[in-house]
Amino acid sequence: MGEFRMPSLGADMETGRLVEWLVLPGESVKRGDIVATVETQKGLFEIESFEDGIMGEPLVPAGTEVSVGTVLALILPERTATVAESGTTVSPAAAVTMASPLPLTATPEVSVTPAQPPAQPQRITASPSARRLAAELAIDLAAIRGTGPHGVIQRGDVEQAAQARDAMPRTTDSAQPATAGSIHPGMRQAIAAAMSRSNREIPHYYLETEIDLSRPLQWLEAENRQRSIRERILPVVLLVKAVAKALRDVPELNGYWLDNQLQIQPDIHIGFAVALREGGLIAPALHGVDQLSLPALMAAIGDLIDRTRTGRLRGSEMTDATISVTNLGDRGARTVFGVIYPPQVALVAFGRIMERPWAEGGMLGVRRCVTATLAADHRATDGHCGSQFLEALNRHLQQPEGL
Amino acid sequence: MSTQTPMQTTTYREAVKEAIREAMHMDERVFLMGEDVGHYGGCYAVSKGLLAEFGPERIRDTPLSESGFVGAGIGAALGGMRPIVEVMTVNFSLLALDQILNSAATLLHMSGGQFNVPLVIRMATGAGKQLAAQHAHSLEGWYAHIPGIRIVSPALLEDARGMLWTALQDPDPVLIFENNTLYNMEGTLPEKAGPVDIDHAKIRRPGRDITLITYSASLFKCLDAAEVLAKEGIEAEVIDLRTLRPLDDATYLASIARTHRALIVDEGWRSGSLSAEISARIMEQGFYDLDLPVERICTAEIPMPYARHLEEAALPRVETIIAAVQRMVRHG
Repeated sequence: MGEFRMPSLGADMETGRLVEWLVLPGESVKRGDIVATVETQKGLFEIESFEDGIMGEPLVPAGTEVSVGTVLALILPERTATVAESGTTVSPAAAVTMASPLPLTATPEVSVTPAQPPAQPQRITASPSARRLAAELAIDLAAIRGTGPHGVIQRGDVEQAAQARDAMPRTTDSAQPATAGSIHPGMRQAIAAAMSRSNREIPHYYLETEIDLSRPLQWLEAENRQRSIRERILPVVLLVKAVAKALRDVPELNGYWLDNQLQIQPDIHIGFAVALREGGLIAPALHGVDQLSLPALMAAIGDLIDRTRTGRLRGSEMTDATISVTNLGDRGARTVFGVIYPPQVALVAFGRIMERPWAEGGMLGVRRCVTATLAADHRATDGHCGSQFLEALNRHLQQPEGL
Repeated sequence: MSTQTPMQTTTYREAVKEAIREAMHMDERVFLMGEDVGHYGGCYAVSKGLLAEFGPERIRDTPLSESGFVGAGIGAALGGMRPIVEVMTVNFSLLALDQILNSAATLLHMSGGQFNVPLVIRMATGAGKQLAAQHAHSLEGWYAHIPGIRIVSPALLEDARGMLWTALQDPDPVLIFENNTLYNMEGTLPEKAGPVDIDHAKIRRPGRDITLITYSASLFKCLDAAEVLAKEGIEAEVIDLRTLRPLDDATYLASIARTHRALIVDEGWRSGSLSAEISARIMEQGFYDLDLPVERICTAEIPMPYARHLEEAALPRVETIIAAVQRMVRHG
């Protein structure tokens, strides 16, 4: 018999509110199935089961705030629950109960659990231009009513939805779960707590290096010419993948400082900092980055950003990052000095890619460059190790075909 | 065009004639050949007076044999001349299609690059003059199918005046399609009007709401429609293709990237037409810019009627363009 407990979704989480059960008593669950949604100071998360079995009666009703570790329900072994198994086919009631406490902007598909046969999603009719605009503005097409011919969603509909969203008051009713993507009143406090602890406990050291991205970007542009717009790979994918490769060379930066010692982690899960439009920041994990091809990593990043902004992250994604990467992108500053997220021991930051004068072989030229910064925990590693990492990072970036 | 330039009032017909005259003066290898171009002055009176000015060596009447005199033009071009061959109408040009496709368009290839054919063929096209089903079709879209030749279609006076010389400089065959309803069109041109490029489409009226893609006589229908639509607050951008092969994709795609809507107005028949080709290119290269499907207004797929009201009904009209744009922009 297994116990399904309120998980810890971060070093500073003490309590969490059970928002809803996504599996009914008597239904079978597999390890990895999403069983419930939980709200923390950082937003809404979907929580997986760690065992196979049959869902028992909930011990904690939806809407209750409990401390981390509280048993929420029992998961019964399959054979002791043969009677209940007849009920494993999904009852229509499941869908109904799941639909009710959803965030305002969320869509019905949010509550589909893997335990159900996946519902055939209704195809959204939207113009190609509206689809692209919606993707750019992070507008969920499923939540829009089209006003074009036959109800087709057009650009104007997306623009209106974006205006409506931006005009929406930022109040949060405490009786309701946080609106997906909106800043939770507690998120600022959570960030404050984690960052204060980091600066209090971690003796940071910083290293910075300038990387010439001309060659990798040229290679990427040539690759992208062979891809459709939707399949194009962004430069950030090269950066993240190169970090993973460099960590294979210098594994000391990939791990945790726990019990006064460095615990190097075998898997490379990169916490990827995602800024929420409404303010605040989450760094959920991209799993096994060194094993992912560039297109797969591109897809994983896109998926992660989407789910971060719609409040659909998995619990494990919040806890198992082994290092963090922050990338300020097109509009960012030139150099970032990051604050490590404990118990991790390093954070790699990239500034804006911009043209700079570059001296090489006695000649001056203009190159597209990025400033890569490493913030690392001096208890775990020292500058020599960090330097090797940045050098490896540069080396991998200069051989983009090997990424 | 600077405002200080002295302007003169002229017609499309006079502009074409002036272009021929200028070419004859500037290059002694240039000569004009075709049915009734000499003594009669051309069936649309384009070459009236040129026989007296240049003589029968350079203004040559030919027998009624399109295959024969277009073939002779190809031979003259191969021999170092710069012939302008006039074919009365595009319908008659089908008799010369073998020469145009199998010889003019392919000789450079068949000779392994040794023999290019610097030939210019002018012909009248289009309906609107009650010339019925054997004299009034718009078949330039067919010619635009053929690799190895360039197809241009001047609409404005400046293009009627300026495209010929540029076409004569092209080392390969160029076909110039003049819509027969335009010959009497009056307008002003700078006295020093001269050659124009034959590579690019041009925006003849800017607008933000929809892109109208057209050429030749239909351009004026689109401009008239845009004028009416502007009073209702709909700003249509009107693009004059000018060159039908090779198509200047970049100009109309850039426009669609701004307007997100496209309507093609083409006097050709719809099936397998130039408008179909443009629509396909928009799908291929501009799909994600579109906010609704590309639409087309073409000529009804019938032999062109003689009766005036039927002929008008068969052709793209200002009213049908306005109605289509209103529906597309307002999702009616």
